[in-house]
Amino acid sequence: MRSFSPACALALLSTSVASAAAPDIESRLTAVEAAAQSAQSAGDNAWMLVSAALVLMMTGPGLALFYGGLVRRKNVLSSMMHSFILMAVVTVIWAVLGYSLAFGGSSPFIGDLHFAFLNHVGSAPNPDYAPTIPQQTFMIYQLMFAVITPALISGAYAERMKFSAMLLFTVLWTLLVYFPMAHMVWGKGGFLNAALGGRVPCFDFAGGTVVHITSGVSALVCALYLGKRLGYPNEPSKPHNMVISVIGACMLWVGWFGFNAGSALAASGLATSAFVATHFGAAAAALGWIAAEWIHTGKPSVLGGISGAVAGLVAITPASGFVQPFPALLIGLCAGVACYFMVVKVKRIFGYDDALDAFGVHGAGGTLGAILTGVFATNAVNDAFKDASGRTLPLGLVDGHGAQVLNQIVGCAIAWALAAVGTLVILKICDVVVGVRVSGEQEVEGLDLSMHGEEGYILES
Amino acid sequence: MKSLRDLGVGRQKSEGGARLAEPNEGSLKIMKKIEAVIQPFKLDEVKEALKSIGIDGMTISDVRGHGRQKGHKEIYRGQEYNVDLLPKVKVEMVVSESRCPEVLRTLATAARTGKIGDGKIFVYEVAEAIRIRNDDRGESAL
Repeated sequence: MRSFSPACALALLSTSVASAAAPDIESRLTAVEAAAQSAQSAGDNAWMLVSAALVLMMTGPGLALFYGGLVRRKNVLSSMMHSFILMAVVTVIWAVLGYSLAFGGSSPFIGDLHFAFLNHVGSAPNPDYAPTIPQQTFMIYQLMFAVITPALISGAYAERMKFSAMLLFTVLWTLLVYFPMAHMVWGKGGFLNAALGGRVPCFDFAGGTVVHITSGVSALVCALYLGKRLGYPNEPSKPHNMVISVIGACMLWVGWFGFNAGSALAASGLATSAFVATHFGAAAAALGWIAAEWIHTGKPSVLGGISGAVAGLVAITPASGFVQPFPALLIGLCAGVACYFMVVKVKRIFGYDDALDAFGVHGAGGTLGAILTGVFATNAVNDAFKDASGRTLPLGLVDGHGAQVLNQIVGCAIAWALAAVGTLVILKICDVVVGVRVSGEQEVEGLDLSMHGEEGYILES
Repeated sequence: MKSLRDLGVGRQKSEGGARLAEPNEGSLKIMKKIEAVIQPFKLDEVKEALKSIGIDGMTISDVRGHGRQKGHKEIYRGQEYNVDLLPKVKVEMVVSESRCPEVLRTLATAARTGKIGDGKIFVYEVAEAIRIRNDDRGESAL
């Protein structure tokens, strides 16, 4: 009886208390409790299913449009495919092994095989992670994060990586980098898990370290390993369709509500708080990037606005469930300005060809956000952390717990190291097995034709 | 090229038009081809002006190019691009020699803003014109 509401139950109870004798009051109380639980479960489950769908929408079409518009016309399909195909590939890996390696068992660095092939994952909740929703909901929600994370890396290797190498790379990358990192931060007993007995409690509400640092740093390694695109930076490689990029970025913004507010794993006040922080972070960062650009180059660009919004969403991700609205604005503003200088200055100085700035936005924004989470996290927003006597613990620097900043830095360092070493090893393997880079001829022809035998825009048909 | 030969155009020249009709008198008159490269936003004005003097055949294409007009600078995430080939519209038509001065005057007036970048007009002599549908020749094919 899922639809049996607590109000009905109460009404039923009060009439029966008035008329009947006391003996079965216990059983009736139990019925009320069950009804209330079922109502909460229904509400939470509805929100979490919507959130899961929102996060999937970030990859396709959100990221596919955002990245697809930024490449040259001859590579639009291949870039969109990088996002799209991962919706399929990562899903299968997740079902077979991924969920279990991320959330099975309770060891510090990687899960076990308890949930392999989704054994023991049914409609009963997993009380360790989300006690009010079916474990299957939790599983499918977390899958969407595993899908988008490797898709973010594709911004770095766009326009020059072989499709076969990209598939092999992603499969190995989820196994060697993503699942271990997700387990360390979110898995029970994970080394960095703040809620479930980690050695170094690192606050990462929705994936600053797990998603954005890992993908951003891996993107940098990919850009360095693959080398520059032919002709870069002398030949024009302008975005071919800014319009679809704007659409994509706005879909990312909306999808991010599922990403961050959904990470409350319930339709709770905390979800609302994360929703607000997310929106504020994005808004401030869009303004920050545009302002920096306007002062620096004399023109406020549309690409700057949408890049800034994404940078702010990245930076607020780890902080979203821990910070109040105004610190969220501040984090966003910092991220907008900092990522602008990463993309415009730092990339120029070092000369790497991070084609769509996956590192400049996700690596830099993710690191900044993770560290600032240690500064602004407060138990006024998130009171889930209590000591043995039940008192709420101070969270970040603003609560007087400055050591948390150190914990955050340790979390970042581990994510950077794991992503850098893991990606380098995986790229070496891919290079030996299939070769990572397309031939010069294929690159000039464009990956749409040379990899997929199609064109994005067929104007004469 | 192949399609022209299939129509007998090449053969006509070498064999004196075995299958197609001889060129009529009219085709000996001189025709002019006018080729104008103009600002895209001026196309409608030019079309209307030409229509008002009775010119209703023309071919339009989107082209890119530059003369003395400088291009512009675009910046994408700090990466600067100098764009010197700008979008223009090319208008082509063939008219009888007698009408040519009037057409040129009309076209230039309609396309003019007075600023650099207004474009250019070129005039060529045309050797022959053929209406594909019924093999009309010369001015009657225009």
